[in-house]
This record gives sequence, structure tokens and C-alpha cells, in this order.
Amino acid sequence: MSDQSAHGGRDGRGSRLATPGAMLGAREGRRLGHGVVETDSGLIATKVGVIYSDDKTISVLPTHTRYTPRPGDLVIGVVEAVQSNLWFLDINAPFNALLPMSLGPGKAEFGGARNVLNVGQTVLCRIQEVDETHSSVVTMKGLGLRRVDSGLVESLPPHLMQTLFSDGGVALKALKASTECRVVLAENGRMWINGSSDSITDVVARITRIRSMARDISNRDEMIAILSTEVA
Amino acid sequence: MGGYGDVQMIDENGIRVDGRTAGDIRPVEIRAGVIPVADGSAEVIWGTNHVIAAVYGPMEAHPRKIQKQDRAVLDVRYNMAPFSTTDRMRPGFNRRSREISKVTAEALETVVLTELYPRSKIRVEIEVLTAEAGTRCAGITAASVALADAGIPMTDMVISVASGKINGIVVCDLNKEEDNYGEADLPMGICANSGDLVFLQMDGDLSPEEFQQAWDYNMESIGPVHELMIEALEKANGGES
Repeated sequence: MSDQSAHGGRDGRGSRLATPGAMLGAREGRRLGHGVVETDSGLIATKVGVIYSDDKTISVLPTHTRYTPRPGDLVIGVVEAVQSNLWFLDINAPFNALLPMSLGPGKAEFGGARNVLNVGQTVLCRIQEVDETHSSVVTMKGLGLRRVDSGLVESLPPHLMQTLFSDGGVALKALKASTECRVVLAENGRMWINGSSDSITDVVARITRIRSMARDISNRDEMIAILSTEVA
Repeated sequence: MGGYGDVQMIDENGIRVDGRTAGDIRPVEIRAGVIPVADGSAEVIWGTNHVIAAVYGPMEAHPRKIQKQDRAVLDVRYNMAPFSTTDRMRPGFNRRSREISKVTAEALETVVLTELYPRSKIRVEIEVLTAEAGTRCAGITAASVALADAGIPMTDMVISVASGKINGIVVCDLNKEEDNYGEADLPMGICANSGDLVFLQMDGDLSPEEFQQAWDYNMESIGPVHELMIEALEKANGGES
């Protein structure tokens, strides 16, 4: 993080944000990360965000972005449509994901997919593959991947997942400890909360507060404090 | 002097009817993130013009026939509110709004990295609440801030300004009277950092020298507006401003 003093810390506090078209200097052998492209005149930012630079990589951590699926991502999907042998899931991305019967939670006769998963049901799944047009196939074959039949699913802006829950998941552990809830974070900006109704209400109240201040990256410490604070 | 009815819109000292000199633009205010339910939004108050832009997406393009297999489609909708002018505007799309929507989409497509979102659509809604003159310029500027606010990847932001000719003199950023009674109008869309031209229209006649003067005024005007755009985005996203 050699260049952090020039651009502000990872939390963005006291930093001047990069805006689209802003010059970021020469490449100097670094890998181009998110939000940076190379032009004839040097590197430029393509998004509004905090410049993050070290010896190997330069990227712009965006203050707002849409979820883009990547293979291996854990996501929470909602069944939007059912066909004879596959399901279409809303995974909060530009396109619905495909869940084929062979990767689904159970077997059914051809045409009986609705008996296994019906429209409106929520599932915890993983991105299996993404093609060049961002269409994705998800799988429910794997440890912990299943239908969500209890608790509540809440959403957060996807960019916060990295901002808030990096650093070894300290904020997530603190949230679980302070609310005694089971919380599963998905990369697509959704979280599954399960526990007693009082503790779920507590988590939802915190998430609602965080959502209202999500665009302002200088609030990161405050957001982590909201997640971590013990209820009196 | 030219112009309808020889209306005198600039005096011998070069002062215009609203007190500006030839190269001055009207006061500009820009705010980002004004519509919480949109992915990105911006409000531009440019003189008496009041324009709001909202961006939604990228999302799956519907109907499927509008999908492009190698890039996203910018679906721009420019609309003037019925109460935005002194005479009531008939609500809905008309030829003028279709034309402005099209040129705005073409101007913004040059900076948005549409190839990152094949088969998708990015919806841009531009609503003019108060119209004074130069609403297409304010609309393009607002849409540009809204796209940046929505996290849509762009190589630059577009600023649009119009210069024109009144009483035989080239002036920057025409107001309503100057636009109505002036002799020419040259709106331009310019990339803020690179200075590239992405949009140009011309209404009326300008000599090569007058065209160059109008061009120079437009190019000089984008600097202060770009600063306001950056400040607005920083304020909305928690940076230092």
C-alpha cells in the first residue's frame, strides 16, 4: 500500500475520490484492477471511487456498482421462473441465472421442477460458470448450498460487501456475536439472517441504517460500529 | 443589427440583458444522488433551467430485438414537464424530444464502456422541470453525472454548453431571449478531461471566425462546470469536497 498516503486509505476517509476520466498516472508495471483502463495518455479511472494502489495493482474501489457474477461467488437467488427441467433465478445481476435440474436441490420427473423449487422461493447457491455475455449458471451442489426456508433475506449495496466485511470478516463476526444471529453473506449484496425474531429485528434495524448511509464511503467506520455494537 | 425586431440584447460595453459579458455562463449548481431509488441520479440547475436525470441498470434489454450481442444499449428518454415552459407543454414524446434523446444517447455512448455489458440496457431518464434555453445541454451534463453516480464505467464525463450569436456578436451560453431572438446557436458536448468533441449541432449561420469564437467559448466553459460535477459526486459519495 505504498501509495495510500497520496490517495487516502482504503476507507476513503479524507480522500479525494476519482471520477470517470481522471488521470491516474503511468502504469509502471502494475496490474490494472477494477475501474481502471489504460489509454495512450496513461491510466484513467472509469468509476467514482477511492484509488487503491500498491506496487502490483492499481484499482478504483467504486462507491456504487452493480453486482457482476463471477465463477465461485456465493449468491442468494430468488426463483423467478420455472421450466420443465430448469429454474431462472434473480441473483441481483443484469441477467437472471440458470439453475439446471442436474445442479438443483433434488430430482424430479421432466416437467415436475415446480415440485422441487417454485417461483418466489429463495436459495443459497454458487455461480458455476459465466459466459462472455454475463449469463450465468448456478449450482446447488456443494457444502451449505440449500433452499432458504427460514429467517429473512436482506439486501445491501454489493460494493459494501468488500468494504465492510473485508479485514478477515471482523465486522461479520462482531455482528453475529452481538446479535446471536446466524448470518450468511452472499457476494450479490444479499444476506440471510436467521435466529430469534428479536435478534432478526435487531440485525434488520442495523442493516437499514447502514443502507441509508451506504453511498458515503467516509461512513465506513461508523457502519462497522453499527454492526459491532452490543445491544444494551 | 440582426435578430427579430432588432431587439438589442447586448450593449456597447458588451454587457448582455442579464448582466453577463460575452464569455460568461449562467450560474450552475449540480447535485448528485438526489433520487434514492435510482441507481444513479443528478440535478442540474443551469440559470433558470432545472433538470433531473436518473439512471437505472445495467439490466436485461427488453424487448429482445433491441439487444446488441457485443454491447449495452443506452436507452435515453428526454422529456419536458408540462409545466416547464410558460405555455403548457403537451405531455409525452414529440419529435423534438425524440431527436434530443437520440443525440444525447449518441453523445454518451462514446464515453460509456458499453462493451462491458453485452445484451444489456442502461436506462437514462432526463426530466426538464424548468426550461429556459439550453435544456439539451443541461440534460446531457446531468445524465453524465447520473451515469457516474450509478457506477457505470465511463472513460470520461461529457459536459455540454451552447454558444451563439446575438446582434452580430458571439456570446456564450444563451439565455431564453438570446436563444429566441438570436441569429445562431452552437451546442457542443465535450469530454471533460480529454477535450474530445462528442456532440455538435448548429442552428443558424456562423462565419468561420464566429464559429471559432463560439468553439473557444464552449471549450473554455467546461472547466468550471467539470469542477462542479466532481464536487457534486464527491459530496454524494463521501469524498473530500
